[in-house]
Amino acid sequence: MSGHVHKDYTGAKFGMWLFLFTEVLLFGGLFLLYAVYLARYPQEFISAGKELNVWFGGGNTLVLLTSSLFVAISITALRRGAKTLCLRLLGSTIACAVIFMVNKYFEWNAKISHGIYPGSDHLKEMQPGEMVFFNLYYLTTGLHGLHVIIGALVIAWAMFLIKKDQVNADDWVILENAGLYWHLVDLIWIFVFPLYYLILH
Amino acid sequence: MSDVTTTATSERGFFDEGQYPGIFAWLLSTDHKRIGLLYFWCIVTFFCVGAILGLLIRLELFAPGETIMGAQTYNAVFTLHGVIMIFLFIIPGIPAAFGNLIMPIQLGARDVAFPKLNLFSWYLYITGAILAVTSLFTGGGPPDTGWTFYVPFSAQTSTNVSLAAVAVFILGFSSILTGLNFVTTIHRLRTEGMTWMRIPLFTWSLYATAWIQILATPVIGITVAMLFAERIIGTGLFDPAQGGDPIMFQHLFWIYSHPAVYIMILPGMGVVSDIVPVFSRKPCFGYKAIVVSSLAIAFAGSLVWAHHMYTSGMSDMAVLVFSFLTFIVAIPSAIKVFNWLATLYEGSILLDPPLLYALSFILLFTIGGLTGLVLGAAAADVHVHDTYFVVGHFHFVMFGGTGMAFFAAMHYWLPKIYGRMYDKTIATVAWAVMVIGFLILYISMKIVGMQGMPRRYYDYVPEFTGLNQLATVGSWILAVGLVLMFANIIRGIFKGDPVEANPWGGASLEWQIPSPPPMENFGEEDPVVTHGPYDFTKAGIL
Amino acid sequence: MSEEHTHIVPYKTFAIVWIGLLILTGVTVVVAQYNLGAMNIWVALGIATLKSGLVVAVFMHMKYENRLFKLSLFAALAILAIFIGLNFFDVLYR
Repeated sequence: MSGHVHKDYTGAKFGMWLFLFTEVLLFGGLFLLYAVYLARYPQEFISAGKELNVWFGGGNTLVLLTSSLFVAISITALRRGAKTLCLRLLGSTIACAVIFMVNKYFEWNAKISHGIYPGSDHLKEMQPGEMVFFNLYYLTTGLHGLHVIIGALVIAWAMFLIKKDQVNADDWVILENAGLYWHLVDLIWIFVFPLYYLILH
Repeated sequence: MSDVTTTATSERGFFDEGQYPGIFAWLLSTDHKRIGLLYFWCIVTFFCVGAILGLLIRLELFAPGETIMGAQTYNAVFTLHGVIMIFLFIIPGIPAAFGNLIMPIQLGARDVAFPKLNLFSWYLYITGAILAVTSLFTGGGPPDTGWTFYVPFSAQTSTNVSLAAVAVFILGFSSILTGLNFVTTIHRLRTEGMTWMRIPLFTWSLYATAWIQILATPVIGITVAMLFAERIIGTGLFDPAQGGDPIMFQHLFWIYSHPAVYIMILPGMGVVSDIVPVFSRKPCFGYKAIVVSSLAIAFAGSLVWAHHMYTSGMSDMAVLVFSFLTFIVAIPSAIKVFNWLATLYEGSILLDPPLLYALSFILLFTIGGLTGLVLGAAAADVHVHDTYFVVGHFHFVMFGGTGMAFFAAMHYWLPKIYGRMYDKTIATVAWAVMVIGFLILYISMKIVGMQGMPRRYYDYVPEFTGLNQLATVGSWILAVGLVLMFANIIRGIFKGDPVEANPWGGASLEWQIPSPPPMENFGEEDPVVTHGPYDFTKAGIL
Repeated sequence: MSEEHTHIVPYKTFAIVWIGLLILTGVTVVVAQYNLGAMNIWVALGIATLKSGLVVAVFMHMKYENRLFKLSLFAALAILAIFIGLNFFDVLYR
């Protein structure tokens, strides 16, 4: 407004970080329940955890870690003026998001076809702790999947702005913040993976 | 609201400088003052709706048995009263309305850090409010769970809890975005010379509040999301039949809702901390202590949530620990009260309406706070849990505290925003009527609660009739005071005498610019701050 | 504005961190195959914390941000820890 245009990068990034804190606390509620119910049903969490396929979880971990690498590099690329490289990296990130979701689809599909889903008859025959485990699993991975989709849309929006040169080597804070959001999606998964897929003993 | 802009006086400040024509000057504006006024009038409207529902509750309780409504209607009415007052009035009340109006000016800023996000927050607030109201008329009827949405009942009732849960989620999102906007603004947009120890205490209190909004609100978001999932897809995380634990819902709910109590009261304390020095013509006693106590309340308030749950069946160890922690929160609150009294002591007191409302805050909040200690002690709480004693207690702190502070802020800052003064005599009379009605209403509640009358029933045993009738009469007196006060304020906005820049003699930045403030608050040059917010000598007031 | 246009992180740093993350993922999968009793969950959480530390510090540039960012992050995590931790006064003693 009227001659006072100035971009406060630190302020913009700080605002984004504050938003990420709210995301952490949002997932925190689910992790809180996980901690409490794990303390109550240790054996049943293990028997339920063994039902999950570590290959799906591990594969998706690699996909997300790699996508995080792409986003991180893309910021450096943009600031060095390599716009095409930056766009390709961001496109690869979205491809990773798609792979992740396809993977997730097959994983959920397999579980559901075995009759394991919230409210199913098969689930209700299980031990109480196992029911809790699967209910938490569906809510946590579902909410995380939603964040993957939102994150991919945010990245796509950043790509659009980069194409139009509205985000460029001199003005990149939007890409930086989109990247921060994407890394958060990765961060949540870094905890989801061992807590749900690797709880074997 | 837009009528105001057409009133022809000499200087209409930001009212004359809309970016868009007509109503869009308001609906699309990113100016913090316009957004603040949008919030203000919505919040006042919802307050009036909530107050009418409260009067209906009192009317039903005028006599034992069914007086004007049946049990199911009564359940819906008190739920709605709670939801509207908590989520649409008290939580956004002072921060979203007066925080937006005043905080950037107090910092010497031209707007908040993210003006578009600020407007978006308001739209989220309106969306949430509309959904909350819609939940009354759609689905299986108005929610009847009380504002706390406790499982298992909330997961099973056929009433429209799901939509209400969505509304709470969206309102929480609005609150979060306001909070992160304010924290960023206070960190990044202080003008030259506005050091941390020169920030007015109102803005300091908003800073502490905003951190709670950011860190606690997501928890209610995930909690109502889980309630929603339990109702819609049967995830059963709180359902004992599926291995869940209903008490965990109460934990998660209060992990937010107890810190939310401080979201409600801290800005009110900030308002009082700003008003008391100005009308005592003395620097605020213990400025740093008030700053530290605000931050301490914000932190300690996150440690005490389970004191709402002494009778829930959680472990005795937890009762012990949370009871102990609860008493710690009382310390910083008491520090503030002592500092206000010490500021008043030997000051040159001007008994103008803002101070009167602030003084009633101090009285009523102290009574409410002390009865809170009764509830914080586990042994005493077991006796009065879920009685009208609790209802009396939280109305003393929420209405006597935050509500009075909201009215104090209205009388203190609206002349600045609109550039017109209300009638001070009527404001004083309205204040006196309100306080008398308030005391009759809520002291009766506390006594009848001590005698054992449970809350949330439309009926009671005949022994309680006398005190209930007294309370209902008190509610009528209170209502008269409220009507008088709002009528006076609204009349003042349209027909009051024009006021100069500094009608009260304040030393903080908002009093150094014209009333109403111009667009972007300050002229070409950013202001440079050379003294503290209560340094009346250096500001040339004394 | 110059203070804000600091430090462009080189590609190589990111690549090294990525390799580190992959190795840690491998370690956590392998460790999970052995029965360490209650230690399994703590080792898994420890490795996850290490991994997230790498992502936050390098990928998210926290290493290069000023103290305000670091303190805020600490505050947010501390509050989360409190929210989870205090529940155990109920859960463990019921």
